[in-house]
Amino acid sequence: MTALLTIAVLILVAIAIWQMTKIFELSQYSTENSQVANDSDNKTNGYLLFAFLIFIYAITIFSFWKYSKFLLPEAASEHGGGYDQLMLVSFIIIFFVQTITQALLHYFGYKYRGETGKKALFYADNDRLELIWTIIPVIVLAGLILWGLYTWTNIMDVNDEDDPLIVELYAQQFNWTARYGGDDNVLGDANVRMIDIDRANILGLDESDPNASDDVIVKELHLPVGRKVNFRFRSQDVLHSAYMPHFRAQMNCVPGMITEFSFTPTITTVDMRQNPDVVDKVKRTNAIRAEKAANGEPNSDPWEFDYLLLCNKICGKSHYNMQMKIIVETEEEYNAWMASQQKFGQTIAAQ
Amino acid sequence: MSTGHEHGDDHAHDDHGHHHKETFVTKYIFSQDHKMISKQYLITGLIMGFIGIAMSLMFRMQLAWPGESFPIFETILGRWAPDGVMDADIYLSLVTIHGTIMVFFVLTAGLSGTFSNLLIPLQIGARDMASGFLNMISYWLFFLSSVIMVISLFVEAGPASAGWTVYPPLSALPMAQAGSGMGMTLWLVSMAIFIASSLLGSLNYIVTVLNLRTKGMSMTRLPLTIWAFFVTAVIGVISFPVLLSAALLLIMDRSFGTSFFLSDIFIQGEVLHYQGGSPVLYEHLFWFLGHPEVYIVLLPALGITSEVMSTNARKPIFGYRAMVASILAIAFLSTIVWGHHMFISGMNPFLGSVFTFTTLLIAIPSAVKAFNYITTLWKGNLQLNPGMLFSIGLVSTFITGGLTGIVLGDSTLDINVHDTYFVVAHFHLVMGISALYGLFAGVYHWFPKMFEGKMMNKNLGYVHFWITAVCAYGVFFPMHFVGMAGVPRRYYENTAFPLFDELTDVNVLITVFALIAGAAQLVFLYNFISSIFYGKKGAQNPWKSNTLEWTAPQEHIHGNWPGEIPHVHRWAYDYSKTYENGEYIIPGQDFVPQNVPLQENEEELQH
Repeated sequence: MTALLTIAVLILVAIAIWQMTKIFELSQYSTENSQVANDSDNKTNGYLLFAFLIFIYAITIFSFWKYSKFLLPEAASEHGGGYDQLMLVSFIIIFFVQTITQALLHYFGYKYRGETGKKALFYADNDRLELIWTIIPVIVLAGLILWGLYTWTNIMDVNDEDDPLIVELYAQQFNWTARYGGDDNVLGDANVRMIDIDRANILGLDESDPNASDDVIVKELHLPVGRKVNFRFRSQDVLHSAYMPHFRAQMNCVPGMITEFSFTPTITTVDMRQNPDVVDKVKRTNAIRAEKAANGEPNSDPWEFDYLLLCNKICGKSHYNMQMKIIVETEEEYNAWMASQQKFGQTIAAQ
Repeated sequence: MSTGHEHGDDHAHDDHGHHHKETFVTKYIFSQDHKMISKQYLITGLIMGFIGIAMSLMFRMQLAWPGESFPIFETILGRWAPDGVMDADIYLSLVTIHGTIMVFFVLTAGLSGTFSNLLIPLQIGARDMASGFLNMISYWLFFLSSVIMVISLFVEAGPASAGWTVYPPLSALPMAQAGSGMGMTLWLVSMAIFIASSLLGSLNYIVTVLNLRTKGMSMTRLPLTIWAFFVTAVIGVISFPVLLSAALLLIMDRSFGTSFFLSDIFIQGEVLHYQGGSPVLYEHLFWFLGHPEVYIVLLPALGITSEVMSTNARKPIFGYRAMVASILAIAFLSTIVWGHHMFISGMNPFLGSVFTFTTLLIAIPSAVKAFNYITTLWKGNLQLNPGMLFSIGLVSTFITGGLTGIVLGDSTLDINVHDTYFVVAHFHLVMGISALYGLFAGVYHWFPKMFEGKMMNKNLGYVHFWITAVCAYGVFFPMHFVGMAGVPRRYYENTAFPLFDELTDVNVLITVFALIAGAAQLVFLYNFISSIFYGKKGAQNPWKSNTLEWTAPQEHIHGNWPGEIPHVHRWAYDYSKTYENGEYIIPGQDFVPQNVPLQENEEELQH
């Protein structure tokens, strides 16, 4: 139905354009033949430039009004707060510059539209002006660079302080697997050459490595709140990217090497579901899904908010559906969940 | 200089009275004349552009109405769209080939190839390119690579579909996706030939600009178009060979079992033998070209804008030397920022810091350019021809798209928007739309030069510009929000994530704008074709411009000028220049072409 409607709209637009051009062409025969802009063209297009400035502002305001509620909710990780702050400041600068420069550009286009007999100002150089608008970006950017680099260095410093939980995220076409170090919090050695599908050793763990036997391999990522997590990423086939947008975290998974990222989750899934922005989002989304259900469409069950791990590097046909649920919970809940999981040694022995 | 061909020697003499017999083949097909070659580039580029844009409209429809059945899909895509529903593999192919075609075939060859060829000899006062023969080879290699790229769309298993960056291992392993078989092989062959074409062209442009300038045309009197084309050619020569090496190593990995980019791979139930290679190495090689490529696309557009804007503002370009300096600074910096595409690739974070630093530096010359354009408009007498509007539009999208570069160039902020639609919105505005505007500005402005005085219809031009301008923002402004909501790019549909349900409306809006924008390009196409045949002849110098190309006769003659090549006595921007008493230098005329000698009492102003 929507498709039909859109096609109808398109056809109408096409007809409108066709008619417009016809009118233009007809009106043109009656006046003159030159294809160079004359005073009336300058006037029309000068006004249109001004209108276009208003359009740019309007679409900005419209987008903020309608779409800013779609943005990610408050960051659920320790470094995420700093990230969001830097983003906010950058955006304030961006919109300040955008508003002013677009105004000048289009206003000048309107104000100085050509008229026969008008004289333009021969104005080829002004060193002082140019110095000013070189220096100002230099200062602003120096600030942003320093702040950004300071934050970056902190985020990317993956170290073993504060007893981090070690978790491996393992990517393959088209799913994720997580592996915990078990009681010793040390991951056993692994390599794709040791994969043994028949024995359910899907991550290629070294069965002779004592650190491997207590490893826990799961399809749902559980993280205790408030404890630093050091992630180690592996991929068995092509590039993938582990994207955890709610935690402002992302790192590529590269076959043949181990990459790292580290963050501390600060808000449990349960608490995040209470976040007013998230509550609103769930409400809006479920309204859409209820409507779909009423129309008998698939994929319309009510939705409950969960943190997600998405694949964010093109990895093949089902790239668009490569995800894993992340659950952030209290230390006790996490321990209870962990205790209920089978260890690698047990699964292998069961074969 | 002489190529052994009978025309070769003619460049040497100045007088050019005699006539050549030309057959249809030497005039229209295997032509060595730069004006004809530029038309060949333009028309090939526009055809490729038509394909590229049509592809984007199709995958935009899929994104707005995922899983909907469109009869048009079945018509065009055939078995890739059973019952009119687009297949996920072909979706990725469309995205991949759209990117490849638009970046390389339209905005590199179609833009720089067209206007470097047309304008370099005409604006510096040369009879032709340094080597007409190499120039011809360059075009035909481009044509061959275009044909191979188009053929790759029809292979059994589907065209390349690993994204336009074709990162291995996805692109290296046919078992990883259908498009990585024959389609990918053809993609690589096509690109290798394209690179050869681009190198031959660039070398020719560089030599021509350095050696064949007419008397009086010092480097500081060159129009900014020529500066831009010249510097673009230099970065092309520096960076394209690196892409060739990446492509060759990838071909080796794919076909001869080497392990440059591959290691430790288990796929489809078996371990592959590859050991010790790294996909990150490929990323370095690719982006060593890939980032300068952005400026290879953009600089010619900025050069065209400088020229078109100054001419139509009836004012000199503001800060000529600063403009040249910023072109050089951008070109230099562009070769040392590639790592900002790889902040989260697993590369050492310290490298990330270095690339953040260099990347944000590039904002400085870019800001200078934007401010200089705005000042050029100030107190002008703006002739709002379609070319001028596209130039103003370029500055607008260049600013809007460039500013979000502050977010993406910052390694910290990149973490969460990397590879999302935020990136797509950013680079489409700053290089895609801006460079397209530059291309359109150039076509409207120099159409009379290309087609012997015929002019494009201005009213159709206005319709084209205004619909395109509104729709470009309509498409890409809301797209930033989609990205900041966390939607990754290259997803066939977002329905697997209830998280993104409420973004469906935004995607519909974007697609509707895109479809209207696509329709507006048909207006341009109609205008272009009909003007070639039925366009009305305008004046010899329709825009009252200063540069040398307008002193050449409208009819295309071999060697450009009958008789002597004009000499140059001033820079290209003496618009509205007056004596101290306020009178124009040439009474009744607000411009002084470059070939007019300095008048009595006229101040030279450093150029």
